[in-house]
Amino acid sequence: MEDAAITVSHLGVQYRNVEALQDANFEIYPGRITGIIGPNGAGKSTLIKAILGLVSVSSGTVLYRGKPLKTQLEKVAYVPQRSMIDWSYPATVWDVVLMGRVRKAGWFRRFSHVSRQVAATALERVGMSEYRDRSIGQLSGGQQQRVFLARALAEEAEVFCFDEPLAGIDKKTEAVIFEVFHELAAAGKIVLVVNHDLGEAITNFDDLVLLNKEVIASGSRATVLQPENMNRAYRGQVMFFNGEAA
Amino acid sequence: MLEAIIEPLQYGFMQRSLVIAVLVGVICAIVGSYLMVQRLALLGDAISHSVLPGLAIAFILGADIFVGAFIAGVVSTLAIALIRTRSPIKEDAAMGIVFSAFFALGITLITIVQKTNKIDLNHFLFGNILGVTSQDVWNTAIISLFVIAVVFLLYKELLFYTFDPVGAQAAGLPVNLLNFGLMVLIALTIVASLTAVGVILVLALLITPGATAYLLVKRLNQMMILGAFIGIVASISGMYLSYFYNLPSGPAIVLVASGIFVLALLFSPSQGILTYPQSNSQGWAFWKEIKNLLRSRS
Repeated sequence: MEDAAITVSHLGVQYRNVEALQDANFEIYPGRITGIIGPNGAGKSTLIKAILGLVSVSSGTVLYRGKPLKTQLEKVAYVPQRSMIDWSYPATVWDVVLMGRVRKAGWFRRFSHVSRQVAATALERVGMSEYRDRSIGQLSGGQQQRVFLARALAEEAEVFCFDEPLAGIDKKTEAVIFEVFHELAAAGKIVLVVNHDLGEAITNFDDLVLLNKEVIASGSRATVLQPENMNRAYRGQVMFFNGEAA
Repeated sequence: MLEAIIEPLQYGFMQRSLVIAVLVGVICAIVGSYLMVQRLALLGDAISHSVLPGLAIAFILGADIFVGAFIAGVVSTLAIALIRTRSPIKEDAAMGIVFSAFFALGITLITIVQKTNKIDLNHFLFGNILGVTSQDVWNTAIISLFVIAVVFLLYKELLFYTFDPVGAQAAGLPVNLLNFGLMVLIALTIVASLTAVGVILVLALLITPGATAYLLVKRLNQMMILGAFIGIVASISGMYLSYFYNLPSGPAIVLVASGIFVLALLFSPSQGILTYPQSNSQGWAFWKEIKNLLRSRS
């Protein structure tokens, strides 16, 4: 296997004396789709935010190619949970996809022709071109998620992070999302995905990080999805998934 | 008709106050749009009430009262942020605490100063647009130009930040600076509006025109432009109403803006109450529940 691109060491987060994440150690490899799984309240979103430095960490480091990831956020595309967004915000699909180009466009400048081109291509890729001028509030949940996926693609990043992209979406959107994930991985990108569901979609992941306040197991899907790991993470409450992985 | 429009313009004070009212109408709508989309309408109220002690202290020290007001406005936002981040108190409660404390301090100080000086608390609370000097006009014009220029130059960053703050932070934008910049714009806008409408009613100019536009268009820039236009219409017609019917100018402006809002609320092509009657089903549900309660008792 290729060398790890992201190395997470001793990462911990505290919210007002409550330990949300403790001593997380694992590695993330480029060219592979990595899922973060675990029960409700396991700290999955916290972990992804801590990796990007979006919450203040109480301990640990996250290195991307030898340097703190926090200082290289221009190489990161992050998609928050859909429920964190106010979808009644007065913006069109096009406005949101162009947000992916804000950083590249630079301060005090308008979007260049290239930026518009990149945004249009990204929108095309997720099959949302015809919705360009639609208000974001008029879209279905799946369509909103695809717009966010297009925004992430428009950022032309090296590290792609998605928080619960599969929650409450339609089959078509799920198919588009995994197609894009596989393309990104094939292009040697890092794809990190918080995923709540242990259904059959899990076979799309190459590597997994199993979390419950601490990292229970990490590595290839087959090694992580061992019954003893799952029982430890879910405290024996798992509706166990009997796919080919286990 | 034409005479009625021209007649007030022969007076210097009317010219000056009209210019100020129009400028204030424009920047309040633009900056207020940011408050509305972030669901921070109450913050506008909090900052506007919090400028009072700054006014009073600057007056006592013999400094420019608008500088004092601006500083107090910014300090109040920092106090709210401090309480919110360093304690379990939520943002709305933090705003309530800070703005009432600042407001109370302001009223106390002004009441003390008022006894020995020619300074009128009512002018700060409700505006005193007919008393503006040409210096006030220049100050408002410079503040307005600055506010519009900043919004124009930082439009795409502020759009990203106000829509998705965490996403903007993850993209490497300096979100704390952007947030502080927005607070400064809001405080400047409120200070510029003091003479026109006063601290109590400035919230109406910040929120109502933008909210009206929000019912009619679907993008933030359209909301700002239409909101500014509504602000101008409200300001000018409010001033004329005030002139001809001898009404207080601040309330007249606010009432016109509110009237336009009600029209949009009722008749908006996409979401009006009368054009889309099903949207008031909430009211019917309310009556149904009352009926059911009465029925179950008998």
